[in-house]
Amino acid sequence: MATQVVMPKLSPTMEEGQLARWLKKEGDKVTVGEPLAEIDTDKATMEAQALAEGVVRKILVKEGETVPLGAIIAIIGQPDEDISALLSQAQSGEATAENKKNIDESVKADGDGAQTELAQVVPDGARTRATTQGQPLKGETEGTSAGQEDKPSAKATEQPTQPRGDSVKASDNGQSSQAGGRLVVSPIAARMAAEAGVNLQTLTGSGPGGRIVKRDIEAAISSGKLRANSPQEQPQESQAQASAQTAPQAYVAPAVEGASPYRDVPVSTMRSTIARRLVSSIGPVPHFFLTTEIEMDRAADLRRQLNELDAEMKVSINDLIIKVAAAALVQHPSVNASFQDKVIRHYERADIGVAVAIEDGLITPVVRGANTKSIGQISREVRELAERARSRKLKPEEYTGATFSISNLGMLGIDEFTAVINPPEAAILAVGAMQPKPVVRDGEITVRQIMRVTMSCDHRVVDGATGAKFLQTFKKLLENPVLLLA
Amino acid sequence: MAVITMREALNQAMREEMHRDENVFLLGEEVAAYQGAYKVSKGLLEEFGDQRVIDSPITELGFAGLGVGAAMVGLRPIIEFMTFNFSILATDQIVNSAAKMLYMSGGQFKIPIVFRGPNGSAYQVSSQHSQALESWFAHFPGLKVVMPSTPADAKGLLKSAIRDDDPVIFLEQERMYGNKGEVTEDENFTIPLGVADVKREGTDATIVARSLMVPLALKAAEELEKQGVSIEVIDPRTIRPLDTATIINSVKKTNRVVIAEESHAFCGVGAEISAQIMEHAFDYLDAPVVRLSGVDAPMPYAKNLEKLALPDVARIVAAVRQVAYLD
Repeated sequence: MATQVVMPKLSPTMEEGQLARWLKKEGDKVTVGEPLAEIDTDKATMEAQALAEGVVRKILVKEGETVPLGAIIAIIGQPDEDISALLSQAQSGEATAENKKNIDESVKADGDGAQTELAQVVPDGARTRATTQGQPLKGETEGTSAGQEDKPSAKATEQPTQPRGDSVKASDNGQSSQAGGRLVVSPIAARMAAEAGVNLQTLTGSGPGGRIVKRDIEAAISSGKLRANSPQEQPQESQAQASAQTAPQAYVAPAVEGASPYRDVPVSTMRSTIARRLVSSIGPVPHFFLTTEIEMDRAADLRRQLNELDAEMKVSINDLIIKVAAAALVQHPSVNASFQDKVIRHYERADIGVAVAIEDGLITPVVRGANTKSIGQISREVRELAERARSRKLKPEEYTGATFSISNLGMLGIDEFTAVINPPEAAILAVGAMQPKPVVRDGEITVRQIMRVTMSCDHRVVDGATGAKFLQTFKKLLENPVLLLA
Repeated sequence: MAVITMREALNQAMREEMHRDENVFLLGEEVAAYQGAYKVSKGLLEEFGDQRVIDSPITELGFAGLGVGAAMVGLRPIIEFMTFNFSILATDQIVNSAAKMLYMSGGQFKIPIVFRGPNGSAYQVSSQHSQALESWFAHFPGLKVVMPSTPADAKGLLKSAIRDDDPVIFLEQERMYGNKGEVTEDENFTIPLGVADVKREGTDATIVARSLMVPLALKAAEELEKQGVSIEVIDPRTIRPLDTATIINSVKKTNRVVIAEESHAFCGVGAEISAQIMEHAFDYLDAPVVRLSGVDAPMPYAKNLEKLALPDVARIVAAVRQVAYLD
């Protein structure tokens, strides 16, 4: 039988969805659970899965088009089936209202508050219509919590003493937690998953009929199958605006090969207000600037010693700055971050972009994991990257995805300047020339090698004090490079 | 502390309360000269005389009504049913008179009466004499329903029931009259109605059991402990008012519940407890509540079938393993 695919409710506040991308085209075969399309909701891009098997007979919504909840977006059926009735229904739009009503009623019936995770349960009568199911895309944030996927089934209440039908027998081997396309989850398991941010879709239930039970969640938590989510949400905030985390989550692998693993921390209501207000004041990335003066005598000594002791070494002051910045970033993870609309992304490694001037422009090759590399290693790498940058032979992954950047115009005689942040990084350090200057030390005027640095910060991520503390650490390390050994 | 039988504990409770309050009297079939069909009233006739320990004719509706009338004018009757199967004949007086008098008289008539006697199965007394009727009485506002499982509980609860100003249905169990346990000799010892008892603490699953099922639940818990499963056993002791909080707190801890009961499942006390758990602790459940009840059929006379008709230790163990997802 041909079935409609309707615009599903993928977030609690969703009223309409934009079809971002079709993953299947007309004539493609689909099986239950296969991704069908990507849908932009008011929160994130989600994957809509097929809940019926067959062939995509008709696609009714073009990519980029926005349709209301419940609108028919495609029809799945057998290749030779007559779908004219469904088509005319879809084109007249009469089905939309009814589908929407079904979705709304299922939400209403489940109440609110602690049971928001039930809000997606589609009543049996509506199941054939609601033939899509939300699934967050990998790497997308999912601030709305496990609620969207938790679909505790009415089946959870049935008496396990009595053997059930074939569908249950089939899943008794623990292969699937989905009965009739719905997750079967015990209430406490659903609750624990929502609180801990466990994605139920990734679990295989060990209970009867594949029911996900408490021990499955406990196992998932201990094995670190967590999504970025807050364990304790502030009561005044909706789930969609989950507050700042109280316990750090595990880092997840990035989509781009070679990029730093990261963890997403939901943007709190306060942080989101700060972001909105500051952006409306000064453009998309609200910059502010922090300047400090650094005494470079010891750093210069260290550099000289390194280069004297090893003929192979050609360490520059900039290489030392990279190393020190990386070390300071690891100590100040809130600067090694980026603003991602709904979350602040904190990076595990310090991947430092180094601005290199080339003909007609500049490029910022990235020293990956600079916090773990020796000064010599960094030095060799930068030289090699800069060379290839000038001959324009860098691969895209070599000049994208830094977590922090350094721009040094000291060699061009600039005393101090401000650099423009390379989004989505949260900060960039502008380094001026190192030059001897009279300074007062212990009441005496003396001459020291002085360098001025100015850090531009994305105020949505980094506040004044946060940036200042980072710079404090940076200054201390650079003035006392022996601390790199500590 | 002395170790005495349930029978002796009930006897002590009545004797102490009859000494304490001269308005307390015992009325029922064979309670006086024969000293009770199960010897619960042993020695009471001799001690208190035939004005306070009275043999009735075989007419349940009659002497139950007599008790209600006596209660209306200020006495505190204890009405013994030879078994609660016979109380069926008296239900009009219990349900229509005793339970409703306070309400329908606008608070003028308190009914401080206790209806007591054995409830549930005995040994091969067949369908009409093996019924567990607690859900009948617990259904009606105006009645309190008590079901002790130990001699100490029996004594403390019966004393509270006699002192209570409302009608109390006090359900004993024939198979348990000989069960022994420690009971204090303190005449001031009572156990308040409406308070459940945690008979055993545990963390993995809760067994809610009453009356005859409590010792079986405790044995099952011992068995399960050997299998590494930690069981909490809760005895509500009073069915109405039900101590829901103690049960809910336990469910919040263990997330899994087995209800063991001698009565039939349908519309039973287990169904009520299960509904309360669903209403108050839904988000804490890890498995559907399992009710282990008497089979949904009249009690067979045949000994082997009678045994199969009631929950036993093995079946309680199996039910716990099921809710804890151990099999």
